Amino acid sequence: MATQDTISSPAAASSRQLNDPALLRRRYSAERRFQAYGLAAIMVALFFLVVLFTSIISQGWTAFLQSSIRLDVTLDKSEFTDADGNVSDKAIRLANYAKLGRDALQNALGIEKPGRPEKRKLKELLSRGIDTQIRDVIEADRSRIGQTVPIWLLASDNVDALLKGSIDRDVPEARRQLDNRQVAWVDKLVEEGRLEKKFNWGLFTFGASSQPETAGLGVAIIGSFFMMLIVALVAVPIGVAAAAYLEEFAPKNTLTDIIEVNINNLAAVPSIVFGLLGLAIFINFMGLPRSASLVGGLVLSLMTLPTVIIATRAAIRAVPPSIREAALGVGASRMQALFHHVLPLALPGILTGTIIGLVQALGETAPLLMIGLVAFVVDYPVTPMDPATALPVQIYMWASSAERGFVERTMGATLVLLLFLFVMNAAAVYLRRRFERKW
Amino acid sequence: MSTWLITVGLLAAAAAAYLLSLFKARATVKGEVSKLHSRLGYYGSYAAIWTILPALLITFIWTAAEPQVIRSLVEKDLPQSVQSQPDALKSLALGRIASVAEGLPKLSEDEFKVVEKARLGFAPMTDAQNILQEKGVVLGSTPEPYVISAGYDQVIYKQNSRWMITGIAALLAVLGFAYSYFSIRPRLKARNTVENVVLGTLIAASTVAILTTVGIVFSVLFETIHFFSEVPPAEFFFGTVWDPRFTSVGRELSGAEGQFGLIPLLWGTLFISFVALLVAVPIGLFAAIYMSEYAGPKLRGFAKPVLEILAGIPTIVYGLFALVTFGPFLRDTGDLIGLDIAASSVLTAGIVMGIMIIPFVSSLSDDIISSVPQALREGSYGLGATKSETIKKVVLPAALPGIVGAVMLAASRAIGETMIVVLAAGIAANLTLNPFEPVTTITVKIVSQLTGDLEFNSPQTLVAFALGLTLFAITLVLNIYALYIVRKYREQYD
Amino acid sequence: MDQQVATPASSAIIRSAVDDPKVTSKDVCVFYGEKQALFDVNLDVPRNAVTALIGPSGCGKSTYLRCINRMNDTIPIARVTGEIKIDGQDIYDPDLDVVELRARVGMVFQKPNPFPKSIFDNIAYGPRIHGLVRDKTDLDELVSESLERAGLWNEVKDRLHEPGTGLSGGQQQRLCIARAIATKPDVILMDEPCSALDPIATAKVEELMLELRQNYTIMIVTHSMAQAQRVADKTAFFHIGYMVEYGDTKQIFEDPQDKRTQDYIFGRFG
Repeated sequence: MATQDTISSPAAASSRQLNDPALLRRRYSAERRFQAYGLAAIMVALFFLVVLFTSIISQGWTAFLQSSIRLDVTLDKSEFTDADGNVSDKAIRLANYAKLGRDALQNALGIEKPGRPEKRKLKELLSRGIDTQIRDVIEADRSRIGQTVPIWLLASDNVDALLKGSIDRDVPEARRQLDNRQVAWVDKLVEEGRLEKKFNWGLFTFGASSQPETAGLGVAIIGSFFMMLIVALVAVPIGVAAAAYLEEFAPKNTLTDIIEVNINNLAAVPSIVFGLLGLAIFINFMGLPRSASLVGGLVLSLMTLPTVIIATRAAIRAVPPSIREAALGVGASRMQALFHHVLPLALPGILTGTIIGLVQALGETAPLLMIGLVAFVVDYPVTPMDPATALPVQIYMWASSAERGFVERTMGATLVLLLFLFVMNAAAVYLRRRFERKW
Repeated sequence: MSTWLITVGLLAAAAAAYLLSLFKARATVKGEVSKLHSRLGYYGSYAAIWTILPALLITFIWTAAEPQVIRSLVEKDLPQSVQSQPDALKSLALGRIASVAEGLPKLSEDEFKVVEKARLGFAPMTDAQNILQEKGVVLGSTPEPYVISAGYDQVIYKQNSRWMITGIAALLAVLGFAYSYFSIRPRLKARNTVENVVLGTLIAASTVAILTTVGIVFSVLFETIHFFSEVPPAEFFFGTVWDPRFTSVGRELSGAEGQFGLIPLLWGTLFISFVALLVAVPIGLFAAIYMSEYAGPKLRGFAKPVLEILAGIPTIVYGLFALVTFGPFLRDTGDLIGLDIAASSVLTAGIVMGIMIIPFVSSLSDDIISSVPQALREGSYGLGATKSETIKKVVLPAALPGIVGAVMLAASRAIGETMIVVLAAGIAANLTLNPFEPVTTITVKIVSQLTGDLEFNSPQTLVAFALGLTLFAITLVLNIYALYIVRKYREQYD
Repeated sequence: MDQQVATPASSAIIRSAVDDPKVTSKDVCVFYGEKQALFDVNLDVPRNAVTALIGPSGCGKSTYLRCINRMNDTIPIARVTGEIKIDGQDIYDPDLDVVELRARVGMVFQKPNPFPKSIFDNIAYGPRIHGLVRDKTDLDELVSESLERAGLWNEVKDRLHEPGTGLSGGQQQRLCIARAIATKPDVILMDEPCSALDPIATAKVEELMLELRQNYTIMIVTHSMAQAQRVADKTAFFHIGYMVEYGDTKQIFEDPQDKRTQDYIFGRFG
């Protein structure tokens, strides 16, 4: 070929010798450069991934630990009685728990007769969430009133930060959130084994709170669960039915072409637009409640639908036509061939597609902001009609909070979200491997 | 009866119809079921469908239309003084009537008498208000008598409507059952009918996708038209100032109109998307070339999933990364080299968004490059070209239309991306060429106009829909054109 | 080749009349969209006998076979004109249920296509959807009977609940035959049933056909002339969309009348 080339273009032959070593070298180094660019591109992508995960994990893992102080709390009966000296619900509700906690802390540190500023400083070491903690102990067994019981009480945000090293002891006292006295107390508590970092169950159970140490993902996890449930119940049946029709029955005409283009386009519509749809249709027009996971679930269902349809169609197409023929040949109707043979054989593919759709829905934030899932919800939602939030939305809300404790929680929540996504993806991969069928 | 109860009742009726028809079908052939045209179960389903389907459809349609109809009936009966008020006040009045109507059925007889007295003017209206308040009806001010009487009307309308639909549903169920039950003969093609209904269901399911698109277009268009009735379109599309003013109540009084110029938002959106593509296209394209042309199965088996992970990370996580790690990092680096880079800037959001869309570019390009026929490559090798020369001179030109399509899809993704820019681009509308400054985007403004208190009558809220429509239109054009190119390209080599 | 000139429809050579035919075809034409694939086929198929359809690739023999249980209905662009009757009943009558038809006319395909289910479920599928059995005992009986008739019983009786796809090619094809028999058809259509099988498996399937002939009307499309000679009572020769010659197998093979039949049989093209 090369000789032919030179023959056909004698001009080139005269000016440049064939297989000129210098030219060849240049060509080969261009080859190596080009290849290096490609490799570098992959490395850059990989590098980004590593940086992303490192930054989240390094800032987020501490959120799974929470400092608590073991204190012997004296449940002084007078605190829980009303005017006539009887223990009453109202009195228990209104008791001064902060004082109980502070007294216990003061005893533990061996401080006698503290002054006002000292009292305040002591109080700063404990979380405001201790109210509920102590109340729960009492409600579990009212006979404890009047006794002294050991309780692990939540330490405040600042104590937690000091123990985790994010408050620098070398910063001058005036600019430090905890003064020298408080730091000394903390050290003493640690020495006595009263102050420990324990696994932070609260991160998974608490609802919304303005204090980082009592803020948790409980409401968001339940909300996300409801929404996933709704997506699974709405998007999957509709998606599978639509895919079955388009693959097995639809005639080839303009209408089905439009449906086809429409589905592909819908898969690429910005998610926020689905939020607008939800707001206008479900909330404004149909009058469903704002902030409810029902609306969130419906919006996410519409968003996930194209994914489910596309995956199901691929799975149905992978079932060989000979199976359909076999079924029709023994006198099954097309509907029977579909439900008895094609769909069961396509099931693994459908499941994988469904999980991918759910993963997409679980990570989605923007449309949920539109329909009011950014609410400060303290109580667990019981039905999908109750106000709730979702995991990614909770991350967004915490990300906008200023306290240091929230930065850590934000990253921790992100880790939780990524963990859920990882588990679901792993399930999809497992299903694909386990049930993959070669025809 | 509530729709829910009607549904349950119809389900029970359908179950009964199923069994009865089953027995009848068996009886018509004296137990020799193989003489029937279809299997027994189909006869049951046939009757069950006739029993439940028409009744249920009517019930749902009725339930959907009911609130609007009742509302307009109530509205029609309002006193003239209320009728002539502006829409906003009228809808407020209707809202009060609706909450009274919700509270009335909960009243005991005595309480009801008090309310009735108050309505007729024999007792102070505050008594009625207090009674209603105890039942959870919160009225901002003392209700006027017409509110109470309209509340009665609404309760009555609602009751009547419920009775009617319950009756209609029951009648349809009985008729449907009777028709199907008496048409059962051995040669009745029950299976075919049942299968046609199933087919109809499948068809209905496949139109949901279309309905969604229609829903998006109409709902957004509707509110946008509403918006344009308050703000002229020219002011929106060509305005260069974005300053919506937060106050919606008392806007008329203060005289401070908001300014809703799209240009700065559009500019921010395009600027950030441009930076993102600047990052994503070279990296994604080179990664795709390397994976499809050079990488062995081992590296490919590793790199592809890695890129897929990148695609699977939720955008909120990227946004968080930009906000907490990357933005501050850029700012500090800028300080070091004497550049003034804001933590939230075009650069921060653009680069992080670029990382996010790398996998979109790479996986689509990978497919497209792989579908270039091997024969073209071999032709080039046969002429003594090196691999990179073949790629540059033969493969890429052949794949170009497809790659352009892929880049356009990525661009549409970038333009519509929300969480990264919400967290890392800034909120101030800013017409700037400096990539180190914050800008804001269409999506950011949609979010910020729609979180918080909503009033569907104020342009501050409605503008979000105009922005949404703009966004939808831009991405729609990009998507459809890109999908068209990619499809054409695939067909070329099929 | 110019089809219009080659053979007018009427000139098909019918060598022997069939008394009391099972399947009759009159002027059957098949169109795929604009393209005509089958031209005016007239053919009477005798009952309880094997009829072979032979001819070069693309001659329309499979197309014709698929008309008889209306398998062509599954191809959206296919259109069939003319008349096909089974036992005097027009099978393209709009009132006729195609599903019932296919239960009466079983089909065995070129490539064995067992369902990816157990052997038992493969056979039981047809009877179940058609409601041919009353209870489990009936079903068991029908399954074993079908397998016995297909000559597969002894080979699989101990592993009825293993997947049908685990059998060898020949066994799979006999499983498909057993599956077709299980719906108690009158007619069995076989579309090159042995083309994917080795000689030993082929021999077994052929043996089976000869046995089934006593109770069923069998139509078989085959590429192998030897096979047609071995199993068929009647043979029809197809050529680019036309049925050229039809008669007793012996006549066709020993004394073909039409030039094209001669060329094919004596191996001058194909």
